[in-house]
Amino acid sequence: MTPRERRIEPLDIDALIDDPDTRIVVCCGSGGVGKTTTSAALALRAAERGRTVVVLTIDPAKRLAQALGLSELSNEPGRVEAVAGEGAGQLHAMMLDMRRTFDDMVHAHAEGDRAEKIIANPFYQTVSSSFSGTQEYMAMEKLGQLAATTDWDLIVVDTPPSRSALDFLDAPQRMSNFLDGRMIRLLSSPARAGGRGLRKIVGAGFGLFAKAVSTILGGQFLADASAFVQAFDTMFGGFRERATATYALLRSPGTAFLVVATPEPDALREAAYFVDRLSDEEMPLAGLVLNRTHPVLAPLSAARARAAAESATGQGARLAAAVLRLHADRAELAEREDRLLSRFAGAHPHVAVTRVPAVGGDVSDLESLRSIGDRLAAPDDDLAATPLREAR
Amino acid sequence: MSDVRLHVVSGKGGTGKTTVAAALALALAAGGRRTLLIEVEGRQGIAQVFDTPPLPYEERKIAVAPGGGEVRALAVDVEAALLEYFEMFYRLGVAGRTLRRMGAIEFATTLAPGLRDVLLTGKVKECVSRVRDGKRVYDAVVLDAPPTGRLVNFLDVTKAMADLAKAGPIHKQAEGVVRLLHSPQTAVHLVTLLEELPVTETMEAAEELAAADLRTGAVIVNKVREQWLPDRSVAPAADGRVDAARVRNGLAAAGLDLPPEVVDGLVAETVEHAVRVAAESSAAARLDAATGPDLGRLELPQVLGGIDLGSLYELADTLTEQGVGVRHTDEVPA
Repeated sequence: MTPRERRIEPLDIDALIDDPDTRIVVCCGSGGVGKTTTSAALALRAAERGRTVVVLTIDPAKRLAQALGLSELSNEPGRVEAVAGEGAGQLHAMMLDMRRTFDDMVHAHAEGDRAEKIIANPFYQTVSSSFSGTQEYMAMEKLGQLAATTDWDLIVVDTPPSRSALDFLDAPQRMSNFLDGRMIRLLSSPARAGGRGLRKIVGAGFGLFAKAVSTILGGQFLADASAFVQAFDTMFGGFRERATATYALLRSPGTAFLVVATPEPDALREAAYFVDRLSDEEMPLAGLVLNRTHPVLAPLSAARARAAAESATGQGARLAAAVLRLHADRAELAEREDRLLSRFAGAHPHVAVTRVPAVGGDVSDLESLRSIGDRLAAPDDDLAATPLREAR
Repeated sequence: MSDVRLHVVSGKGGTGKTTVAAALALALAAGGRRTLLIEVEGRQGIAQVFDTPPLPYEERKIAVAPGGGEVRALAVDVEAALLEYFEMFYRLGVAGRTLRRMGAIEFATTLAPGLRDVLLTGKVKECVSRVRDGKRVYDAVVLDAPPTGRLVNFLDVTKAMADLAKAGPIHKQAEGVVRLLHSPQTAVHLVTLLEELPVTETMEAAEELAAADLRTGAVIVNKVREQWLPDRSVAPAADGRVDAARVRNGLAAAGLDLPPEVVDGLVAETVEHAVRVAAESSAAARLDAATGPDLGRLELPQVLGGIDLGSLYELADTLTEQGVGVRHTDEVPA
């Protein structure tokens, strides 16, 4: 096929959120690309188009949180009033409290005394508040809880602000490996755990390693960790079962992933990794949301605009020169953004795309969320006309 | 910044901190100096900025600076760093590699998140203070640090040490790291954009740094865009008031006879430009009010075509013009 025949497929956001079969929308992407705003705008739009929606946000900026009625961490959905329009449904919003979600999980899987013992363990406190991956794990757990009720016909999930979009998929597995206790048993009593085969391979090295770790971390630390893992052992099966069930939920046809990016090489690279990963895992990708683009509103080349700005004289010349120069900058920026997008699309020709032009100023009230929603859903004729470039 | 040997560069995600760190390392190497650019998040961001293959865990020359200087780069791998320590104090031999394959090393570093940070900052400190033939190996070290959300946790090694045994080799080294980070030899630079959220995060980070007794060096405003409209026109234009007839006349005088819808498009772009400029000035005003005159301020322009090696040198020049450079000697104080 020649590039001329291949086109970027536009992503129809309204078709996605109006479809009653769409039960879960997960917004993924690297940090700083606008995932939270996209999730909130999408949820508001879906609610105003008639669905009963809950949006799970992770760490919204203060003013956006206020606009959604999330003045404090509640860990339970609260209704957002002011959802407007004829035939409007409902919007509920919540903010993930990872510590409380973890505590609730422990209580659900262990009876009174043992749960308290686990929660009081200093090592539990580290794991539940600062282990990298806990946030992702808890976001998935909360999603599982929300999906287990019949209260919502659409759940929109924002994902934690990790460096890499893949963390959302990998963290639960990592957490699970971490908690299954094999390593900690190896470290705390290497003589008994691990089996002879393992000891044979690693030889005396493991004993030394265990000694080194305990010298560095301190005996108390390992003792706490070990006590935690033992107490955790019986409930671990339940934990893993839930994580597995949620993972299966993510692969079900009612789920749609939206990959969010900005027209920057790093963000698009992360988006590309994520798209490939979803396809490996057979997880359903709805498309790419490209935030903060700068499309030109007047078809005039940058070079021509700059040349004309130089020769402007007479009445209105200063104003016209300023207008031409700001247009030329914008045209150059737009050209770069198109280049980046078409390179992405060249390598991923089946990914539908919607572009969201940048808004001046901050998105911090429902009105500006609505306007983002309009931009998300607006038909993008230029996009359909953008030829794909071969990936470099 | 002339006494500073360790420049820590952080910022909210998306502000371009890696690019700024790279430009800073180049600027500090100007005039025959040698600098080291370090990354610690396993992101291979430096390789991407300099358009080179992924960096191994070793110091490599990555660029030549104007006037004969040199920039080296290091991507610290936390698991390799831990093994390095173990090798120093315990002879693990080949078991080290097997342990790593089993995930034991990763496990040890996730077991105590503080250990990770102590190892990473420990490696940074070793580079800053390394001496050969009575001279410092590096005139300056630039650390591409974690984003502002995790920054203070990362640098607050004293707190991280609570995770570790009260004695032992790593503990001792961590004490040295604490001394370096809280000394005038270290400055933390915060990269921001003139937008609401990055400015808010920068202000919060500056407060947190002060509370943790860490010194903020400069606020580096990145991707500063050209303002083409005269100041007095910005407010009305941001309100939608652009004199379209005047624009049309001016364009015609410049030899551009454009159809009305194109002129409308240009006017709409002008309004958006003005809205953005107004938002940027109010963000700048908030930054001024919050940071006061004590903090240095550096500015870097937006590169419309995207960052490549050439534009990195231009950014470095811009920093040099704003007074960035190494002035201290490389003699080791007695």
